[in-house]
Parts: sequence; C-alpha cells; structure tokens
Amino acid sequence: MAFDILLNSSLTILGVGLIIKMIQWLSYKTGIRAENESMLQRLAAALKGVLSTVFSLRFFNLPQTFVLDILFLRRTFKQDLLRWIMHMLIFWGFILLFFMHALESIVSDNLFSYYYSTINPFMFLRDLFGAMVLVGLLIAVFRRFFMKIQRMTSNAQDIYAILIVGIIIVSGFGLEGTKIISYNEFLNMEDEFAALDYEEDIFALESYWVKNYGLASPNNISNVSEEVLALGEEIHNDTCIDCHTKPTAAFGGYAVSRAFKPFAGILEFIGAVNIFYWIHILACFIGLAILPFTKMFHIVTTPLSLFTSAVMKRENASPLNIATRQAIELDACVHCTTCSSNCSVAPAFDILGNENIMPSERMMALRRFSTKQKISSQDFLAIQEGICLCSSCERCTVVCPAGINLKELWYDVREHFIRNGSIVTPLVLTPYSYNRAYSRDEFESPLQDSPAREAKSFIGRKYNKGKFVERDKPLPLIPDKDQPDKKDMGLTQDTFAYCFSCENCTNICPVVMNYEKPEEALDMLPHQIMRSLGLGLTDLVLGANMLWDCVTCYQCQENCPQNVKVTDIFFELKNQISKECFKNHENES
Amino acid sequence: MEKYALFIGCNIPVKVEQYEHSARAVLNKLDVEVKDIDTFNCCGYPLKNVDQAGWLLSSARNIALAEARGLNLLTLCQCCFGSLKTAAAKLKEDNKAKERINEILSKENLEYQGVCKIEHLLSVLHNEVTLKTIEEKTIDKYKDLNIATHYGCHALRPSNIMEFDDPVKPSLFDNLVNVTGAESIEWALKLDCCGAPVLGINDNLSLDLTEKKLTNAKKAGADFICVSCPWCYMQFDKIQDRIAVDRGNKYNLPPILYSQLLGLRLGIAEKNLGIETDQKNDKVSKAYPKLFETEEKEAKKPKKKKATKSKK
Repeated sequence: MAFDILLNSSLTILGVGLIIKMIQWLSYKTGIRAENESMLQRLAAALKGVLSTVFSLRFFNLPQTFVLDILFLRRTFKQDLLRWIMHMLIFWGFILLFFMHALESIVSDNLFSYYYSTINPFMFLRDLFGAMVLVGLLIAVFRRFFMKIQRMTSNAQDIYAILIVGIIIVSGFGLEGTKIISYNEFLNMEDEFAALDYEEDIFALESYWVKNYGLASPNNISNVSEEVLALGEEIHNDTCIDCHTKPTAAFGGYAVSRAFKPFAGILEFIGAVNIFYWIHILACFIGLAILPFTKMFHIVTTPLSLFTSAVMKRENASPLNIATRQAIELDACVHCTTCSSNCSVAPAFDILGNENIMPSERMMALRRFSTKQKISSQDFLAIQEGICLCSSCERCTVVCPAGINLKELWYDVREHFIRNGSIVTPLVLTPYSYNRAYSRDEFESPLQDSPAREAKSFIGRKYNKGKFVERDKPLPLIPDKDQPDKKDMGLTQDTFAYCFSCENCTNICPVVMNYEKPEEALDMLPHQIMRSLGLGLTDLVLGANMLWDCVTCYQCQENCPQNVKVTDIFFELKNQISKECFKNHENES
Repeated sequence: MEKYALFIGCNIPVKVEQYEHSARAVLNKLDVEVKDIDTFNCCGYPLKNVDQAGWLLSSARNIALAEARGLNLLTLCQCCFGSLKTAAAKLKEDNKAKERINEILSKENLEYQGVCKIEHLLSVLHNEVTLKTIEEKTIDKYKDLNIATHYGCHALRPSNIMEFDDPVKPSLFDNLVNVTGAESIEWALKLDCCGAPVLGINDNLSLDLTEKKLTNAKKAGADFICVSCPWCYMQFDKIQDRIAVDRGNKYNLPPILYSQLLGLRLGIAEKNLGIETDQKNDKVSKAYPKLFETEEKEAKKPKKKKATKSKK
C-alpha cells in the first residue's frame, strides 16, 4: 500500500518534472537561433524535424548511434579506457538490474516462465549486476577524488549522482544480507510457503537452514542430531528448494550476511530488514522523482543529444530546432570535463583564474544563465571572457562523449551577446576574433569587427582621446629620470627613451601606409607613440587606435636604428589597457 | 637528424587540414621523424595582446611537454613559431616569470627548462634536410611556374630572436621554392603582412593589406602565392574569395602551401597533399594545370656531379 502510494507519487512528480523540462527546452533561448518565437512554434518545428528525419535517409544513422555511441559508449572509449570501463559497469549493471529486478513483474516474469528472484541464475545475476555497479562507482570515486585528473572538478550534482546510485546498490546488498540471516523472515516464509503444523518440523527446517542457508537463529541449534537435519532437508526439499537457491549464489548479499551474523540479534531487534528495505525503496523513488533535475537525467538527455547530432546538420535544420537542441544539450552535459582537459586555451585559466574559460564549467554557467535570466554582472562578464577566449580549435566538440555541438553553442551564445551589445572584453581585440570574421558565412554574422570597434571607442572614451586635458604643471623640458610612468604602465621595456624620432618605424609600417591620412585613422603614429612615452605623455597614447590596428609584423622594431622595441612596447601598453580599462567596465557600459 | 614533436596548433586541424596531411607526407618522404603529443595547447599567440602572462604560460607548457619527452618542436605555423620562440627568449631573461610558470606547471609534473629547440617546417627542410637531399629526392621539376614566395612576418621578425633568416634579404624560402624547379619571383611586398592579424579587429584594414599583396604578386607575374602558415593561407584563400564578392576585386591568384608545392615533385599524389584539382573556379583554373607541367631533372645533373667531385 505504502509502496504503491510512494511509487505513484514519485511517478507523478517525475511526470511533472518531465513536462517542466520539455517546456524549458522549447522556451530557452541561449543563443541567437530563436528570437521571440512561441513555444508552440518551436514545438511545431520540432515535430516537423522529427517527422522529416523519420522519412529520410538520415534515419538510418540512428541505429548505429544507438548501438555504438549509446549502448557501447564509443565516444567515451576513444577518450579514456578506465572511464569507459567505469561507465560501462555502472550503465550495464544498472540497466540490467532495472529491467530484471526493478521491473521484474513486467519484464522477467513474462520473459522467463520459471523466474524467481531467489533461484539461479537470477539470484546470482542480481548480485553480479549490483557488483558491476559498485565496482564502477568505486572507480568513479577513485577517479574523482584520488586520481589527479587535469582540470577535473566535482560539483554537487556529481557527488549526488555517485551517492544516489551508491545508496541504492549498497542498501540492496544490505537488504539481501540481513534477509539471509533474519529469523523473522524465515518464520514468515515458512508460514507462507511451508505452513508447517508441528514445532519439531519448524525446528528441523530451521536447523537445516542455519546449517546450509546462512540463517541466524536465536535458538540453540548447535547440537542438532543428524535425524533432525535429515527431516529438515526433507521438508526443505518439499517446500523450499523449488524456488530457493543456496544464498551463496548471491555472493554480495551472502558476504554481507556473514559480516552481519554476529549482530543478528540486534539487527533483528532494530528491524534492519525493514530499514534497508525502506532506504532502498526510498532512494529509488526519490531518485526517480527528481530525475529530471539531477545529473542522472543524462540517461535521457545524452542519448537525445547523440541522436540529434547524428541527424541534424546546421545548414538545413530549422533555426528553432537548433535553439531547442541547444537547450537540450545544456541538460545533456554530464560535467565529465573531457572538454576541459582537451581545451587548447585551458592554461589561460591558470593565469586568469576564471573557470568559465574551461568549457565544462562554462557549460554549467550557461545552464544557470538559461534558467535564471538574471545573473550578476560579474558572472556575466566571466562567461563573456570565457566564451571569447577561444582559439576555435573545436577539440571540445570533437571529444564530447555526449555529442554536444559545443562550438556552435559557443558561437551562438557569443553572437547573442554581441547582438545585444553587451560584449565588453578586450579579447575582442585579439586574433581570437578572427574566427568570427572568417566563418561569417557559416554563422551569418554581420559586421564582423563591430565588437572590436566598440571596444576601441570604449578605450578611447576612457582615455579622453581627442580631448584637451589641462595639466597641473608644465612638463619638464628634460624628462625626469625617475618619472613614474614606466612603472605605472607596467612596462618592462623602457627602450622608448632612445627614440630620436627618425620616423623609420612609421615609414615602414604597413598599417600607416594603408591610410591616406593615417593620423586620423590611427590617432597616433608609431614614432609619436614612442616619443610621447619618452616625454612622459603616457595618457596621450593610451586611447590611440594604432595600438590595436597594429598587425604585429615587427617591421618597426626590426628597422629601428636605436633598438627601440616598438612592437613589444605596443604589446605591453595593450596589456596594461586591457587590465586597467576593462577592470570596472560593468559600471560604464 | 633531430627528433621532433609536430606542433600543429589550433587552426590547421579545423581550417587548413591539407597542411597537416601534406607536411606529414613530405616529412615522411624526407625521413624526418615526427612524434605527436596530443596534450599540446594553443601557443598563446592571440593572448599576447591582452595578457602576456597567459601567452607565456601557454607557450611554456607546450615547450615543457616536448622537453619532458626529450623532443624538439617543429611548427607548421609562423605565428606558433614566433609565439613559442619569443616566449622562450623572454623566459630566458625573465627568471621571475619562469619561476612562476614552473610553479603552475609543477601541478601536472611539468617543468620548463628552455632546452628544447623550436623550429619551423621550412627551417628544418632547409637547414637539416638540406636543399641537396631535397633535390635528390625530387622525381622531376616544374617547367614553368612562377611563385610569389610569402615569408610570413613572425618567422622573420624580430630577427635577433627568430634567427630564421636575414630579415631584410631572406633567401631560405626562395631557395626551397627554386629547388622544385619553380621560380621564386621578385616582388616588392614579399616580406609584408598578409592581413590576418587584424581580421575581426579591423576588417577593412585586413582586407586592404591582403589586396595589396595580391595586387603586387599578380603584377609581378605570379601563378601562385606560396605560404607556409595557416593564417596566411586562410587569408589568401577564403578571404581572397570574400574580397572578390564584397569588393568585386578578382585577383585569381591561388595560394599554395609549400608542403604541397614540394610534395608534388617528391612524387606524392595530389590527393594525399590535399590539392583539390577538381575545383572549377576562376581562381585556380589557370594556375592548377601549371602544377602538372613538369620536365626531367637531367639539366642539373652534371652540375651536381661536379660539385660533389670538387668537394672530394
């Protein structure tokens, strides 16, 4: 009764959770793919997409994906053998237990006419599957907490996933073990299946079970005669043997029973069988009820992601479906951190300390971002930095075991930020911006350099470019030797001091040469910048476009007769501006 | 011959795959052994603008990975080459930065020592394989092929660090082109920037610079513009197409990677070099057939014999 109520309520909660998830998938807009379409429009597009896939050749991609990528975790196998073994053990152990044991009345009873959970092979198999999961979990714990896997982090969901599966399996073994030794269980079973009338017969059976079936009895049965045991065996053969294999077959539960046997009395007294039973059942039901909101939901979303990536191509898929797929992909990520350990730019995390640089952590942040549209501006900027600090090597997408098209997700989210005019990071002024311009046609990005232009004018405003700034005191004719500028600017170079304005750098600069009126386009020319630095007029140079339009070809530096390291000084100035100018940008933009 | 780890970088596997295939084929043909390290990261070049510490760590980690295996680095990209080499030079003089980096690297049991040699495909071919061996291994030579050789800024400059070639009058790449029988022509903008570093930052400037180079090379009579850097390749390939569409200026001067140019004469099938001869467009239709007009090497043979004799 209680079981049914609990089962039904957990199934109801699960149902509600699934509906909420589907609503989320059809309403979230993480990238640029969906604008203001209604949920119904997205649902219609999704159904159309599914139907057109069913009636197309692409449909034949699915069986292969199902067998290789989902049942045999091919993508994980390619990455890491130990992790593959771990996941195969947990996945297959749990799935087999689910069908054979949890759904026994639906599956096993109908499949095998002789099915009883207490006879072989089922008794043995149940423990085998349980042991598979347990070994898998031990490997998982070992990997997460003892192996130093590069850039692997564990969040609450990761720990929950290990815990919930662990509790279910361990309580299962506990239940089995306490049941084997339980005298009350024995009496109940005897009552139900043997219904013996005479005390002697019960005692005989009990003695036989103590001797051969691991039962712990409160009675003194140490000196039972051979005859009694023979009688016990006879009764056993009549009433028990048909549906009860020796408990040693359930090797896990049997091992537990041996460990528990000395405490059989206490365990009986506290009702350990019931305790284990309820822990086991409740863990299952709770896990089931909140499934859609936990990491374990990946048993649904990851296959979904693998299926969609097997049949969906960006070129011909509806943009609405891409938006929906991206919403599903946020849920399909299991935070395995494979992407982060393969990420080309991950070392930048060690310097900048922004975990959003690592794709797996950025995925988690985007998930939070999509559920709560309001996040702190600091978090928002951190996500931006992460998403713009990408060399577009696409390794994350290639290695993702869940088949998530990460590169498109990054691209669409970044595009979304850019179109909203909310991109504020100096990273748009680096060659990391190249890919957006280069792949314009693939991703339909108009005005490829607009974020950089905005950033440049932002820097210009910050440093009062073009405005006359009154000075407190006249500049000394000979620059002060200990002037603070070099240190203030964080410059390790002071070779600008040797500049005598021969203008070689400016004359050889291909960027200067490109403009009819270079001083208008670039604000300041290389030699002017060097000379200004030498005069202590650092504030003059900081807003200049020249710094960012520099192609870093090193012609100026190579051709300087005074060995002024022009390009290297540019780099240092740019570094300094990036740190200083974008530090408190959230207030300004 | 030194042992190298092949440093492919981020662009090549995604955007210029043919460079990796052709470079491996050529190196294999010339008996240069290269190993792969799949834990390499970005060289850090794009970070240099905004965070030099990030650039230094990125470069140093790659070098440390090679050093841990007792290998040297062979890059295919001018910018990776420049980035790694300038980082090594910086760490040589900045002990503090080196210490900080080693502290971070020690978390994954790596140590940056700075003993690893950093080379580019071109310098390995020219200085280690040598022109003589390359010539011996070629099966024939180009008959009539004019090549505008594009050095790529970051290989040449800053020359005191790169030590690649004379920064004012380099000849290394020209020699490598000439050894295939093609002619490396003279053109004024040979040593200038391709425009790639500012695409996405100042698109018009980037396209202007690319156009100037294409105009100049075309005027000098080039059939191909020969590059050995993925950035330059992308610029002269896809961005050239974009210039044709957006600005209506058609140059029809295709880029070719040096590994492809040499690979053909080493007898490597164009399929293995990633040369798509079935392409039909104005950019390549005139140039591609010229890749297959060849002649015997004979003419040069007597000369070579003389040279070897005189040495003895």
